[in-house]
Amino acid sequence: MSESDKKKPNRRDFILTATTAAGAVGVGAAAWPLIDQMNPDASVKALASTEVDISGVEPGQSITVLWRGKPVFIKRRTKAEIDSARSVDLKDLKHPEKDEDRAKDPEWLVMLGVCTHLGCVPLTDKGDYNAWFCPCHGSHYDTSGRIRKGPAPTNMEVPKYVFINSSTIKIG
Amino acid sequence: MKKFLKILLFISLISNLNYVKVFAESSAELLKVDWSFKSFFGKFDRASLQRGYQVYNEVCASCHSVKYLSYRNLAEKGGPEFSEEEAKAIASNFEVIDGPDSTGEMFTRPARLSDKFVSPYANDQEAKAANGGAYPPDMSVLVKARKGGADYIYSLLLGYDDPPADIKLDDGVYYNKYMYGNKIKMSSPLSDDLLEYSDGTKATTEQMSKDVVTFLMWAAEPHLEQRHKFGFRVIIYLVIISILVYFSMKKIWSRIESKI
Amino acid sequence: MSDHDYQPSSKLGKWFNDRLPLLTLSNHLQEYPTPKNLNYWWTFGGILTFCLITQIVTGIILGMHYIAHADLAFESVEHIMRDVNYGWLIRYVHANGASMFFLAVYIHIFRSLYYGSYKSPREVIWIIGMIIYFLMMATAFMGYVLPWGQMSFWGATVITNLFSAIPFIGESVTNWLWGGYSVDNPTLTRFFSLHYLLPFLILGLVILHIWALHVPGNNNPIGIDIKKPSKDTVPFHPYIVIKDLFALLLFLIVFAFFVFYSPNILGHADNYIEADPLVTPAHIVPEWYLLPFYAILRSVPDKLLGVIAMFASIFVLVILPWLDTSKVRSAIFRPIYKQFYWFLVADVLILGYMGAMPAEGTYLIIARVATVYYFLHFLVILPVLGRKEKTLDIPLSITEPVLGGYPNQATTKNNQNIKEKL
Repeated sequence: MSESDKKKPNRRDFILTATTAAGAVGVGAAAWPLIDQMNPDASVKALASTEVDISGVEPGQSITVLWRGKPVFIKRRTKAEIDSARSVDLKDLKHPEKDEDRAKDPEWLVMLGVCTHLGCVPLTDKGDYNAWFCPCHGSHYDTSGRIRKGPAPTNMEVPKYVFINSSTIKIG
Repeated sequence: MKKFLKILLFISLISNLNYVKVFAESSAELLKVDWSFKSFFGKFDRASLQRGYQVYNEVCASCHSVKYLSYRNLAEKGGPEFSEEEAKAIASNFEVIDGPDSTGEMFTRPARLSDKFVSPYANDQEAKAANGGAYPPDMSVLVKARKGGADYIYSLLLGYDDPPADIKLDDGVYYNKYMYGNKIKMSSPLSDDLLEYSDGTKATTEQMSKDVVTFLMWAAEPHLEQRHKFGFRVIIYLVIISILVYFSMKKIWSRIESKI
Repeated sequence: MSDHDYQPSSKLGKWFNDRLPLLTLSNHLQEYPTPKNLNYWWTFGGILTFCLITQIVTGIILGMHYIAHADLAFESVEHIMRDVNYGWLIRYVHANGASMFFLAVYIHIFRSLYYGSYKSPREVIWIIGMIIYFLMMATAFMGYVLPWGQMSFWGATVITNLFSAIPFIGESVTNWLWGGYSVDNPTLTRFFSLHYLLPFLILGLVILHIWALHVPGNNNPIGIDIKKPSKDTVPFHPYIVIKDLFALLLFLIVFAFFVFYSPNILGHADNYIEADPLVTPAHIVPEWYLLPFYAILRSVPDKLLGVIAMFASIFVLVILPWLDTSKVRSAIFRPIYKQFYWFLVADVLILGYMGAMPAEGTYLIIARVATVYYFLHFLVILPVLGRKEKTLDIPLSITEPVLGGYPNQATTKNNQNIKEKL
């Protein structure tokens, strides 16, 4: 340490601190593009919706379509299935949701075919409720796609969708 | 230190000379335009971009594709900035082939924002066959793919002239002052009042050339405005932190008796 | 300083350091005694390290989005430029970063030539450096092929055809390089793979380069051996670190001007046209940093000899420590060498310019003269000069000229002279 350092300790500290701080800000700002480049890009974000023709689906049948890289189950439910979904007491549910909120048109159930446990695709018309059953870790879903038994924490997710006309659904 | 800076300055001067040299090489001196997108804060002229799209769509698009542009780009920031509704309406005028559907057939549907610009020809061979063997180049990055850039394309559009006596032209070949070799297979595409601008601007050949080149510049560099904005900030930041580091360095080196 | 004496202060540090002496290494790097009279031309080592890291980081990112396929490569580059978040920025940094890397490496090499840093005992540092330089050229060349534009394709065709000059097996070698009968998809995919690999080899060699440097320590503008540590040295941290940082920031300003305001000025317009095996561009020109070698290649009228001349022009640099016979390192004390040094600089610049011009008429004649002079410099002038040149008297320590003292009668008359030169 020379004489001049002792005379003006404040200025020296200030310069070094300011430089370090400004440097940290710069490094942070430069790091952001390197991180953000892994987020969904503009072309991926633009492919947000898909249209599905459902005219050929009979009651009791279900089809699976790809949307944003994930399967979407579109099930045309029978009267019995609708009744069984709507008669459940909400208190018996792990994740209480009314079937009326999940299926706007009771005949059509549209949901992401992804088990909320660890992301496997459940099997259709299987399990204790004869609806959906995930083979990976044994989660049972009912005819409304709600979790009833097993490790999955929540019901299968319902994406945004609209009926463009009686035979076409637009998902997303 | 001073010597070092002098030499840096010298190097930058030399590189500028090179720059001039590169552009002086082309056969005729290019027409210079005071483009709004040049310079440090250069931005696109929004109205000119929208008119430029109209020129592209009504004139160029019958032969030239811009296959790397998507309809959504028309509504993006830094571009022509059509509203999303306008861009959707533009897209829906075009038919794209999609499919196969559930029966295995391909089908056509109106284009959506996420679709790429529809090309006038199905493939390069069809494009060549329809244009007497000359392939109309894709215009997505055309401005960057030609020496002289925007000035060159602008000059080319205005460079049609009667050939000098010593040049003989075959059928379907035209004389152009700025084209490499002076022979071009595209007839002069623009003429006064060829189209009617929707914003009422008078459609002179110069005006249309300027607008369409602006549009093509954006098509080639859609992030140009962001780049200029970032560049300014980055350089200001670097200058400030350089000054801070310089004084820190002086401070640190003052601990010992030595010059830096 | 002795690295063996270093002991970490904490118990945990000591425990770890006994098993893997990382803390000793870190201490060594901080305390490393550096001549205190290093000028700004010595900051380019740090700048080059920064360039290499930047290229590797941006390159890894581009590799996440790029598709190495002849049908998709060009499109995927446009995808990066248009759709990937900040993709345009990352690609322009990578593309211009290559040029900046070469700018810095040329300054670094010419600094070494001026101050005689390649001489004993630093020959191994120099040779490793030359291998790095050679790998850099290979990496840059293969990287330029990846966008699959017209210059990519035809540049690859021309450079790989160099190997067809090899007698008897030339054609087999080129077919082997291409994975076919011309530059095509197999060529592209192997170039991508190697372009990804070589930078890590360079990184390894850089570590060896620095290791080899830390054995004898830095050369310095006076070019004399110094005692270390002594009053002639400063610890690397913080003195040299902060100085390198300052120089790096000035360098970054230049870098930023290219990236943000003329990102394509150093490239060729033709590379924005997708590769077409049926049409060759009017002028095939390599990137600016390869131009001097390209000029040497073209100035020899025979195909095989041209290729040999080009590789010889690099090899002659490798054996430079034994061609330059002068015991005096720094050009400051070699008045005649200094002039020849600047002739060489001019010669290389002329070669670079001729490499960009068409190989015909006056251009070709000038290129030939410059090529001959290039080899003359290394093979004749330097060996002769080392024996004949009368060098100036050299100070005994670097503190002497800096402080302007006159402790050594033998060097007194040069003191004023030396001070000006610094």
